[in-house]
Amino acid sequence: MSDGIVYWLQQILNALQLGSIYALIALGYTMVYGILTMINFAHGDVFMIGAFFCFMAATMLGLPFAPTLLLTILGTALLGVVIERLAYKPLRNAPRVSAIITALGVGLFLENFTLALAPYPKHIPPLLENVTWDLGGVSLSSLQVIIICLSLGLMIVLDYVVHRTPVGMAMRAISWDKTFVPLMGIPVNLIISITFAIGAGLAGAAGTMYALAYPVIDPYMGIMVGWKAFISAVVGGIGNIRGAMIGAFILGGVEIMVTAFFPSTYRDFVAFSLLMLLIMIRPYGILGQPRTQKV
Amino acid sequence: MTALLRNHWDWLLEQRWLLPVLVAIGFILAFAIPEYNLLNKYVQLVLMYVGINIILAVSLNLVNGYMGEFSLAHAGFMAVGAYTAALLTMKVLPIAAYPGLFPLAVLAGGLAAALLGLLVAIPSFKVRGDYLAIITLAFLMIVKSVIENIDFIGGPRGIPGIKKLTTLPWVFFWVVVSIWMVRNFVYSKYGRGVLSIREDEIASDLMSVNTRRVKFLAFMTSSFFAGIAGGLFAHLLQFISPRVFDIIKTTDILIMVYLGGIASITGSILGATLYTVMLEVLRPSTVAGLLSWLPDMVFNPLNEYFIRHLGVWRMVIMPLLLVLVMLYWPRGIMGLREFRGFIPRRDREAHHVLKIPKSGEMP
Amino acid sequence: MTTLLEAAKVRHFFGGLCAVGDFNLDLQAGQLMGIIGPNGAGKTTIFNLITGVYRASEGNIRFNGTELVGKTPHQITALRIGRTFQNIRLFRDLSVLDNVRIAHYAQANYSPLEALFHIGRYRREEERIIENSQRLLSIFKLEALAGETARNLPYGMQRRLEIARALAIGPELLLLDEPAAGMNPNEIDQLMEFILWIRQEFKLTILLIEHQMKLVMGICERIKVLDFGETLAEGPPEAIQNDPKVLEAYLGEGPVG
Repeated sequence: MSDGIVYWLQQILNALQLGSIYALIALGYTMVYGILTMINFAHGDVFMIGAFFCFMAATMLGLPFAPTLLLTILGTALLGVVIERLAYKPLRNAPRVSAIITALGVGLFLENFTLALAPYPKHIPPLLENVTWDLGGVSLSSLQVIIICLSLGLMIVLDYVVHRTPVGMAMRAISWDKTFVPLMGIPVNLIISITFAIGAGLAGAAGTMYALAYPVIDPYMGIMVGWKAFISAVVGGIGNIRGAMIGAFILGGVEIMVTAFFPSTYRDFVAFSLLMLLIMIRPYGILGQPRTQKV
Repeated sequence: MTALLRNHWDWLLEQRWLLPVLVAIGFILAFAIPEYNLLNKYVQLVLMYVGINIILAVSLNLVNGYMGEFSLAHAGFMAVGAYTAALLTMKVLPIAAYPGLFPLAVLAGGLAAALLGLLVAIPSFKVRGDYLAIITLAFLMIVKSVIENIDFIGGPRGIPGIKKLTTLPWVFFWVVVSIWMVRNFVYSKYGRGVLSIREDEIASDLMSVNTRRVKFLAFMTSSFFAGIAGGLFAHLLQFISPRVFDIIKTTDILIMVYLGGIASITGSILGATLYTVMLEVLRPSTVAGLLSWLPDMVFNPLNEYFIRHLGVWRMVIMPLLLVLVMLYWPRGIMGLREFRGFIPRRDREAHHVLKIPKSGEMP
Repeated sequence: MTTLLEAAKVRHFFGGLCAVGDFNLDLQAGQLMGIIGPNGAGKTTIFNLITGVYRASEGNIRFNGTELVGKTPHQITALRIGRTFQNIRLFRDLSVLDNVRIAHYAQANYSPLEALFHIGRYRREEERIIENSQRLLSIFKLEALAGETARNLPYGMQRRLEIARALAIGPELLLLDEPAAGMNPNEIDQLMEFILWIRQEFKLTILLIEHQMKLVMGICERIKVLDFGETLAEGPPEAIQNDPKVLEAYLGEGPVG
């Protein structure tokens, strides 16, 4: 293969890896937004906690990959439910912005609490034997394959759950109408808890994979990744699950391509300028529906 | 007794001389404190940070509280003001010969920020709510990224060695100006326009409010004072870099605004003061100092286990406090309420004193 | 009499959907005209087209000879067209007085700089606005509630406040969107009297949308029956009541009393 194609394939692979991680986190933002029209700014920090759970499971309990991943997902899912019950539920009828600020507060709490317990960055031990294959010049690592396949698998499962199961139907119903759906006998609180559990669980999975790919973790790692995932959700059309996935791969792609062509310091500049432009042209995102206000 | 106090208090608030006298006393103190070292250097420094944070919170409240949008760009405007002012005092203005030029540099920083504020106002014509929040976030990131990529202004390394020109009187001056102007703005037709946009933008437009103009003005005023605060901040910290003005800085200001209360100048003053002072008070050295009067028998174990680790845990306590405040006062401590002294007399009276002969001829 | 508001061949589409087909209107100064029609007949859309919330896809709307199509709502409102809303849209968290003061925006003649420093024309203009607002509130017997938050008023008072707010614009033309919604027959009687009185007192031309036949037939001089924006019939109440087309399409069978 020519060098050009090899280079491109390599970049696309990198974009897929980054995009998968963004997508897993973006799903949590978009699901919570869909059901509560609330931006859960603590979500990026749940992702960070996921990475730390992974660290604890791997070092303190000495578990291998699969149980570590499972424990992390369960742990973050529980954390998501607890956060919702303690901090957001009492504010469900309060002004929307108080819930957002509360979420910011919860996020700060998670960051600083982790910092208090783990003041120095932690190294994740290699949980998987990393094999690198050389495919005609394109180097493909087993880690990349696992990250991409596992993420895609989780997304397919989620898409199935949301579109094909009773729980998913209830979720979509609540996001559609908050006044009458509770009257139909749908247990709203339970469904909201499930939404938070799924969203946080996916963030936990993302945390684990991120920790494997970039093995130095610190309490502030969730901020930037969280914001980027949030942007992915918006680009795709916030509240729209498939949109969040598409948005995440677009953002991952843009970031990788910008770094390929420009000095890496331009990455944020280009990514955010594109975002600004997109919102100006299509404020409701790629798959979102415009909401018209009745006069 | 309380009734008597209350009467005196009411009487005091009705006096026209009250605010000018308070401001005059403030100025005398602002000059006297550093001159005669009435307070130690550390407390003076904290006071200056409190002042700068008040300017930031009051100005952000205009957009986030009064207008009800969720702007995340405030640290970006602050950065623009800080860099403009710092470059002026370091490279352009002959500050060494004429230190009196400092306020000009700060003013220029404010104007530069206001200009960018105009730019951010434009998307707000079309986009509202969460999407506008993201545009302001993108704007903040772009400002940061642009600064990082200009070598001339230090790139990611920032600008070290800025002269320490910010003094207590200057901070106090700008605090008074920002409070006064934001209050003037709020109690004018433009300010009422801002409020009506928060309540119902379409109805506001249909009641003849030029919503675009009002948004321009609100964003400009808000970013102007963020720029002023940035200039003061740069000449106090004596070092600026893009990392100083990132999303965490914006989050700090947001917390001050929503902790103190939306659409309330009093709230922003309270929020900024509480937040800044609390963070300082919770420093191990401060707590140790405050508790040093305790007998050693009590103090030593406390110091051993609690105070020494407070440095880390204070950052855990603060967000918890914020969440608790939000749960009990979702609109912040002073949300939608105002200290009477800040409301122009004309406005206060208009709500309960009839200025016209009563007609009431409706059938 | 002169024509105050004139609409010619106005059409409006939402996406591909035709909401207003071919709307024509000739409203004389001082007239009180009612628009009736089944739900979805495009009545509120007409108000939104006149006030600039929507921009008409085709056609012209002229007010005092000025073309309104293409102007923004606040420009149109400033030409002295006031309106109320089908479902009350007060500024709910603001005081009763501020609700009325906000509607003085276009008349308040001072610049942003004068506002920021409270100098120049600011003082005089603000005093004038306060006086005018208080006068309106007192006419509507709301002056004692000036400091009350609008959301705390009972329903009937909110309706009154909305009309007071619309009048604060100093309108020549007042558009009332279902003013009798949610009222009992007794209240409707009062409302009819009230509309006739404000019309006299403020020298208004009034265009109103209403479902309550009692009100429309009782006070309107002319009635326009709409279906998808097209005029089915137009004339004085007696003529409309006996128009076979109207009876069939809208009022159902048999005479209406």
